[in-house]
Amino acid sequence: MNILVLLRMIPDVVEELEISNDGKTLDREFLRLIPNETDDHALEEALLLKERHGGKVTVVAPDAPELDDVLFACLAKGADRAVKISGVEPVMGGRAAARLMAQVLTTAPGLLPADLILTGVQSTEDLDGLMAPILSHLLQLPYVDNVTQVTADGPGKTVTAVKEFPSAVRAEFDVQLPAVLGIQAAEKPPRYVPVAKVRAVMKSQHLESAAAPAGVEAGQLEILQMAKPEPAEHAEMLAGDPAQVAGKICEILAARGVL
Amino acid sequence: MGTETTLVSEAPCEITLENFLEFPEGRKVLSCIQCGLCAGTCPYGDVMDYPPRRIIAMLRAGMLEKVFHSESLLNCVACYACMAKCPRDIRLTEVLLPLVKEEIFVHLPEVPPELQKALQNTLRYGNPMGESPRKRVAWTKTTDVPIPILGEMSRPVDVLWFVECYTSYHPRGQDNSRALAKIFNGLGIDFAILGNEEKCAGECARLVGEAGLFGTLQDYTMTLFRRYEGRFNRIVTSGAHAYDAFRYQYPALGFDYQVDHTMPFLFQHLEQLKPMLSRKLNYRVTYHDACCLGRHNGFYEEPRALLTAIPGVKLVEMTHNRINSICCGGGGGGMWLDTYYKAKGYERLSERRVKEAVATGADVLAISCPYEVSRFEDAAKVLGYDNKLVVRDISELLAEAMQS
Amino acid sequence: MSGSIWVLAEHWRGQLSESTYELLALGREIADGLGVELQAVLLGHGAADLAKGLGKANSVLSVDHSSLCEPVPEACAAALVQLIKERRPRSVLVPLTNISMGVGTLVSTAVKVPAANFCRDVRVVDGGLQATCVLYGGKIEATVTMGAECSILGIWPGARAAENGRSDVVPPVEPVTVSLPEAPRVRFKRYIEPEAGDVDITQQDTLVAVGRGMQGQANLALAEELAEVLGGAVCGSRPVIDQGWLPLSRQVGKSGVSVKPKLYLAAGISGAPEHVEGMKNAALIIAVNTDPRAPIFNVAHYGILADALEVLPALTEAVRGKKG
Ligand SMILES: Cc1cc2nc3c(=O)[nH]c(=O)nc-3n(C[C@H](O)[C@H](O)[C@H](O)COP(=O)(O)OP(=O)(O)OC[C@H]3O[C@@H](n4cnc5c(N)ncnc54)[C@H](O)[C@@H]3O)c2cc1C
Ligand code: SF4
Ligand code: SF4
Repeated sequence: MNILVLLRMIPDVVEELEISNDGKTLDREFLRLIPNETDDHALEEALLLKERHGGKVTVVAPDAPELDDVLFACLAKGADRAVKISGVEPVMGGRAAARLMAQVLTTAPGLLPADLILTGVQSTEDLDGLMAPILSHLLQLPYVDNVTQVTADGPGKTVTAVKEFPSAVRAEFDVQLPAVLGIQAAEKPPRYVPVAKVRAVMKSQHLESAAAPAGVEAGQLEILQMAKPEPAEHAEMLAGDPAQVAGKICEILAARGVL
Repeated sequence: MGTETTLVSEAPCEITLENFLEFPEGRKVLSCIQCGLCAGTCPYGDVMDYPPRRIIAMLRAGMLEKVFHSESLLNCVACYACMAKCPRDIRLTEVLLPLVKEEIFVHLPEVPPELQKALQNTLRYGNPMGESPRKRVAWTKTTDVPIPILGEMSRPVDVLWFVECYTSYHPRGQDNSRALAKIFNGLGIDFAILGNEEKCAGECARLVGEAGLFGTLQDYTMTLFRRYEGRFNRIVTSGAHAYDAFRYQYPALGFDYQVDHTMPFLFQHLEQLKPMLSRKLNYRVTYHDACCLGRHNGFYEEPRALLTAIPGVKLVEMTHNRINSICCGGGGGGMWLDTYYKAKGYERLSERRVKEAVATGADVLAISCPYEVSRFEDAAKVLGYDNKLVVRDISELLAEAMQS
Repeated sequence: MSGSIWVLAEHWRGQLSESTYELLALGREIADGLGVELQAVLLGHGAADLAKGLGKANSVLSVDHSSLCEPVPEACAAALVQLIKERRPRSVLVPLTNISMGVGTLVSTAVKVPAANFCRDVRVVDGGLQATCVLYGGKIEATVTMGAECSILGIWPGARAAENGRSDVVPPVEPVTVSLPEAPRVRFKRYIEPEAGDVDITQQDTLVAVGRGMQGQANLALAEELAEVLGGAVCGSRPVIDQGWLPLSRQVGKSGVSVKPKLYLAAGISGAPEHVEGMKNAALIIAVNTDPRAPIFNVAHYGILADALEVLPALTEAVRGKKG
């Protein structure tokens, strides 16, 4: 099976995020980037599929600071190729990312056709839409989201994707190939790759690069303002006797949609 | 700015399991008399498929490969007990076990999730808890005395204080750092810290078998030391594991600074310190010998001398003390394997230790390695002893005894 | 009606979901603010009866098609796209739940209208719509504007109280037909029920977490009861697990699991860093503790300085009362 894994580097929220002077964008200078968590799961699921059915796993990612180390780690984990889309400006949101991916996949040699395109179900910066469904539309491929398992019965025309529903219920879907799947979680947590192995791969393998197409459009959404919600330093204390406090909690729960 | 760790290492890694017997240290294992003292003294010896004695037997029989596929050496908490007891002076915990663990680590079908997270965090953020490297100095805002940062100073200092992770980020570890700041200040030590540039020294990565990660951290820290060459004379750290790494591992990369753990360092200043310890602390204290400090480096008496210098402190000993001390269970990656052990039904060593401490009738369990505070406090809670026993770093007790 | 506000009435296994009511509450506000109608779009097969519960809307567009029997995002999106093209609503509110996650994005891409995702609030400002979107795990909130054109809004659960979206009024229903592909590319096969056995606390929306402050194993019944009325599960701090009050699978924290429920109610937990690591990302944290200086109050949104053994039963009563 020929599997593409689309990976994006997104801002790491372990670090404080800062807003630029224009009040509408993130200050990129201080950002540290990290692979989108669910993309990491997409890679794991792809590697599991490869281990079961053979085939090739190719990771494709728009260039970003610290990406090289991440891609070498993907190779060390078992990916066959890692392709860096070079010459891209950082973009925010799923729409621009999906358009970029769609153009690169269709123009760069040796990427399509693929049987499966796996990517994270969402990223924390998909403000104007999720990448996977947009990509599926652009490439005219079937799409399933919140996938937690993919199984194939040998080299067929379909796979079974397991999608997560509420209350720990899951459902199986028959999906025609090729398809785009938004991975929520791999069957098992993404594997660890020892640093020494990554180093060895850095010496023995190389990253490919594909040029970004010119004029990839930005998102359509107009951002008026970005703000950092004030983190509460301390809980708001609820006073009263147990019954009164219970009443107040009920109101909060109702307002938050928990009740 | 050097906040990113690069993965490319030049770390020389001379001795390997392949060329093991070409080194005197390696050949030494041939002198093993299979007495089994190592396995007998090992706190997890009863649950290991291959305790040190059997590893050596397998090595001699050319069957070491088999050992690599057993997870059981993950239970080795690098406590140096086997090494301290070996009649043939075989440097088990220092040389043989880490090499074997390296192989075991790469053969693990799955790295236990807690450990995996700690290793990933250490690579990415320079600390196992995954805190922001830009907040490493945040604790210095909570001290009464100024904490100079070497990179911001125009003059050299005498002591570079290597703070380490738990003592930078964990609230109870920060108590230790604040206490040290007060003591250093009182003693008039000319010191500075590396600030946000500092990262984990890496010893626990090495001892759990993640040698590549250790190499990466080592390179990073060596680059930093070179950058500040001539700007400090020596290194002092309260990280017992960092001390070990600097003393035994970093020299292979050309590290030749004098390095002290805070316990022996403060002991050197004891005469100067004594008059400052004017507040009487009427505590009954028992001291837990940290493996790295005690068995590995022989600092048994220095911590005790510091404790007994505090007016009012009555020192009582646990059954297992000094060379016989029982590990807190946090070394060699054990800090991130508690649930792995628990799921296998093994007793947590910290609990074994706290029971002993309580049996002495002490009301303070004094410690000297930053992992131990959280481990023992937690064990005391689990055992329901937290009303009877508090856990304090020796530095905290010293600072408390200093009238401000 | 052209220019009206639509809400995708999500339903699953025979029931309208809570999100549907939340969206109706929000949609009502927006429609009233714009002076237009609120319409609910009900897509399903043999589900038309559910329209009864959508009285907060002025009317319901009901589509019945065999391909809509189970929530396949592609099918839902295809149906919505046809309706939108025919009727040009002003905006469509779609829930961001496991069930409907990708629908909004699929629709906005096909109809070529802007989408705003992760909305926790939408308001009418000068005749246009503004949304507050939660980005980067809540670290940033972006205010975006959709102007006057048609837009698709993906709404986070909890944007409004579901209560405000319920109504006894039975709304008028307009049956509409759509054509969907005979041989869909994605076909529902079957549901897999969760295995009986221990609950997976990472999958729970509500967690009642107990610590040593609960005093003894016998008191865990108080937590179990509360969890039951809230429809959640009980988890705990490590000492609670170590003492055998709960199985290891229920441990939250550094050496346990990390959870992200909608509600994390911490009873008698001090808030040690090893514990906080596993629950700090919960959407709503309420802590009950007798110690005003307990660090848990630094991560909790709401705190109660009281005996957990009194608060938990009182809360159980109150929730029961509320649910009637
Ligand atoms: C390596 C390591 C890993 C660890 N991993 C984890 C982990 O994964 N998860 C975890 O939880 N811990 C973990 N710990 C343990 C952690 O450090 C704490 O010991 C633990 O979280 C404390 O649990 P607690 O809050 O229940 O108990 P305590 O800290 O004893 O807190 C009890 C609280 O209850 C309050 N209280 C008492 N009576 C009442 C009452 N009647 N009503 C209301 N409140 C009351 C008290 O004021 C107190 O704040 C770990 C520790 C170590 C060393
Ligand atoms: S170092 Fe300690 S834990 Fe490891 S094998 Fe030796 S005695 Fe056992
Ligand atoms: S204690 Fe030393 S000599 Fe004895 S079995 Fe162990 S390694 Fe061999």
